[in-house]
Amino acid sequence: MTVTTNGKVGGGRVTNRLLDLVPAAPGPQSRKDFASDQEVRWCPGCGDYAILSTVQGFLPELGVARENIVFISGIGCSSRFPYYLQTYGMHSIHGRAPAIATGLATSRPDLSVWVITGDGDSLSIGGNHLLHALRRNVNIKILMFNNRIYGLTKGQYSPTSEIGKITKSTPHGSLDRPYNPTSLTLGAEATFVARSVDSDRQHLTSVLRAAAEHPGAAFVEIFQNCNIFNDGAFDTMKDRDTRDDVTLRLQHGQPLAFGADGSKAIRRGADGSLEVGAAGDAGVLVHDAHAVDPSQQFALSRLTGDTHGVTPIGVFRDVDVPSYDEELNAQIDRAKQRQGDGNLMSLVAGKETWTIS
Amino acid sequence: MSEQVREQARERETRRLDRVVVRFAGDSGDGMQLTGEQFTSETATFGNDLSTLPDFPAEIRAPAGSPAGVSGFQLHFSDHDILTPGDAPDVLVAMNPAALKAYLKDLPPGADLIVNTDAFTGGNLKKAGYTADPLTDGTVDKFRVHKVPLTSMTINAVNAADGVAGAVNKKEAERAKNMFALGLMSWLYHRPTTGTEEFLRQKFAKRPEIAEANVAAFRAGFNYGETTESFSVTYEVAPARMKAGTYRRISGNLALSYGLVAAGELTGLPVFLGSYPITPASDILHELSKHKQFGVRTFQAEDEIAGIGAALGASFGGSLGVTTTSGPGVALKSETIGLAVSLELPLVIVDIQRGGPSTGLPTKTEQSDLMQAMFGRNGEAPVPIIAPRSPSDCFDAAIEAARIATKYRTPVFILSDGYLANGSEPWLLPTRDQLPEIPIQLTTEPNHDDDFWPYLRDPQTLARPWAVPGTKGLEHRIGGLEKADGSGTISYDANNHDQMVRLRQAKIDGIAADIPPLEVDDASGSARVLVLGWGSTYGPIAAAVRRVRAKGLQVAQAHLRHLNPFPANTGEVLRSYDRVLVPEMNLGQLRTLVRAEFLVDAIGYNQVRGLPFKAAELAGVLEDVINQ
Repeated sequence: MTVTTNGKVGGGRVTNRLLDLVPAAPGPQSRKDFASDQEVRWCPGCGDYAILSTVQGFLPELGVARENIVFISGIGCSSRFPYYLQTYGMHSIHGRAPAIATGLATSRPDLSVWVITGDGDSLSIGGNHLLHALRRNVNIKILMFNNRIYGLTKGQYSPTSEIGKITKSTPHGSLDRPYNPTSLTLGAEATFVARSVDSDRQHLTSVLRAAAEHPGAAFVEIFQNCNIFNDGAFDTMKDRDTRDDVTLRLQHGQPLAFGADGSKAIRRGADGSLEVGAAGDAGVLVHDAHAVDPSQQFALSRLTGDTHGVTPIGVFRDVDVPSYDEELNAQIDRAKQRQGDGNLMSLVAGKETWTIS
Repeated sequence: MSEQVREQARERETRRLDRVVVRFAGDSGDGMQLTGEQFTSETATFGNDLSTLPDFPAEIRAPAGSPAGVSGFQLHFSDHDILTPGDAPDVLVAMNPAALKAYLKDLPPGADLIVNTDAFTGGNLKKAGYTADPLTDGTVDKFRVHKVPLTSMTINAVNAADGVAGAVNKKEAERAKNMFALGLMSWLYHRPTTGTEEFLRQKFAKRPEIAEANVAAFRAGFNYGETTESFSVTYEVAPARMKAGTYRRISGNLALSYGLVAAGELTGLPVFLGSYPITPASDILHELSKHKQFGVRTFQAEDEIAGIGAALGASFGGSLGVTTTSGPGVALKSETIGLAVSLELPLVIVDIQRGGPSTGLPTKTEQSDLMQAMFGRNGEAPVPIIAPRSPSDCFDAAIEAARIATKYRTPVFILSDGYLANGSEPWLLPTRDQLPEIPIQLTTEPNHDDDFWPYLRDPQTLARPWAVPGTKGLEHRIGGLEKADGSGTISYDANNHDQMVRLRQAKIDGIAADIPPLEVDDASGSARVLVLGWGSTYGPIAAAVRRVRAKGLQVAQAHLRHLNPFPANTGEVLRSYDRVLVPEMNLGQLRTLVRAEFLVDAIGYNQVRGLPFKAAELAGVLEDVINQ
């Protein structure tokens, strides 16, 4: 399937006005060009392998010079990701990757900057930076691998673990209410919010493409299976027999319908929240990812398997507003135009000097 | 001279002084900092040497009229070179009873005291904590008191001014009273006045009626001096004989800001400042945000961690990454500083120290972050440290920090403090060719056959190559995990880790060969006592040394600019004296370091009162040590 954004159909070289500032690849690139020589060290069966493979497969399509791509990560299993890509990369510290990426992206508009993070890294220790990077609309693409567990520290509950989770640190069940990452980021007024699943290469590729085409901050939640500490967390969405009945594939401009036979649909309930009805019902909603007002997109983010029997994937929101980077660099250009390049010695001297002979 | 005689004479005596200390004091909202700054500006234009010390509360508007809300500005000016803002004021201008209450204890007997009598009303006296009027109950008997109805005379002057009466309301008129005080002080010390009038018209260009109200108040204050009989003497302080050249007045934070802009130009790297507002460092963020025409990017982050994170990200991309903060911010940035040590990327960390621990004394000065800068990280994480000695020296310190950061691919600390940040002095402007060029070599070619090894070091400096994203063929990954020596790939090998820890340490230690030796001022060559300082204590220590020498005693002085690594000859210098005295505005942090490093039994003299040392007091300590 193909996700459409900004009226463009995916495929061919990805482009947007900010990506146009990044040098193009001199010729065709292949998946192999993006594999580093490092041995991949995730647990066998980890969902991260599938995501890595999909990203390596997608990057040639991005069409920019390999040396102008940078992946920055925090700490956690997912954050080893940059080591396995033959691009520039930084494996930084826990939770801070969006802040580091902000400095890089705003000072180097000729780079395509990606952040790799997990649910603990971005929503727990790094929650602050995630929200601020998104509200500022810095031109970075944040891929958040959500496995609803702490993997690298061997199995404590995470800020997206379901309530009552039995883990090493919560033998009597976890007490905290989890975050819904899409609700959270829509609440922060992110300009691009999407969700996909590790094992669905085609869908994940389409979401990556849409994120890359978005001129500004993009947040992509990727449901990722941790087969060691939280195995099967997303099984109903992956199982061929059940997935179509529990997954709502969002497509801009299309009715919000799902189900193996397309018989179910989303409509607005009496209290304004969304509910599941039949495809033929009056008032079946049409998805508008480009609506500036995020109300309906937020309402969609409230649909979950646990509460409504259905989980939306795809692009929730994709609105085009000026990015922090282009505004900052425009201020610099304007200052240079207005005042000319700065003259250091006249700056240092200032307006009030006196001379002693 | 009796009142009567003076009246008859109408001729005032003008007394020549070699130096004067004045202090303006009033409520936080009274504009005392502005008044002090402008008096300083007049004084600089006149050609005196000078040094200033602002003193203000952490609250923007502490309870009006309370001693806690008093804002003061002290200026020391002279006909010779001076080193400190002065120990005690010769003149105190007290705009209200609280100002009198807060500062009277600092005033030596016989000093001039100018008080705004209009403010000495029942309510104000009570707020200041006076039960009786201090102007009449004997409290101020030891001083030469000049009672001036400042507020009412200001209002009268504003109302009488052409084109102003009616255009400003009473409150606006009253607010010009600081300019009346400035006018009076300008008269008393024969200061030039045209600069102030120009300044006021420029400052209030959008509200010319306010400008004229202030000018009227300023002139009225000056004319009041002419006509009143309260002052029997006026004072002249001749211009100082200073080195020929062009000067400006500069504060430490401004000098540091300009130093960072200069560092960008000298390295050819765009400056990126990631910062979070914090007293007393915010002014650097404010200043740098004005200079976008230099390509300077400023980023006000969501917190201290994001500020340094963004700066480090920019450094990774080939910018000169800078973060500015104070002690509490350094604590938050520690993990990222450790990452910068591990990544071996240039980064300048500016710590404008203030009283600690915790929130401490945000607007007061202290030197208590030295240990934090030295050791405040997990693991062995050495970071070079540079400490400017005076406000103008902050300019050079910023350039030196950028030189070391870029040459050795390392984070570097600048330890300034609240006193340097807000204090000001005349600055003999450097010329462009006096500034060092800082060549930067970015790596653009593979360095290991056809590969790029990000940790293959320069054998001389031990610095690693800096290849920025966008450089074809040099794609590489770096991170906080231990790296294999050379290739930079992840390595958990025990011997490799031992080797890498030692290499990172050796790289920083090696900087000692690239900095000037510790200079000793020991004119006689016969001193047996060395006084060793660092950072902002230079002025008070040097002033104390002069006093002691003027008494015929011998003392040597050395002042550290580089605190990590120490200059190569430091141990030799310290060991060549019988006694080493280390005055610090902390409980002995440098003393601990030199004792540990050089096995020298250094003696400490320590104060953490939020204010710089007084020269007289240090001189006394020095004498005691010399005479022991």
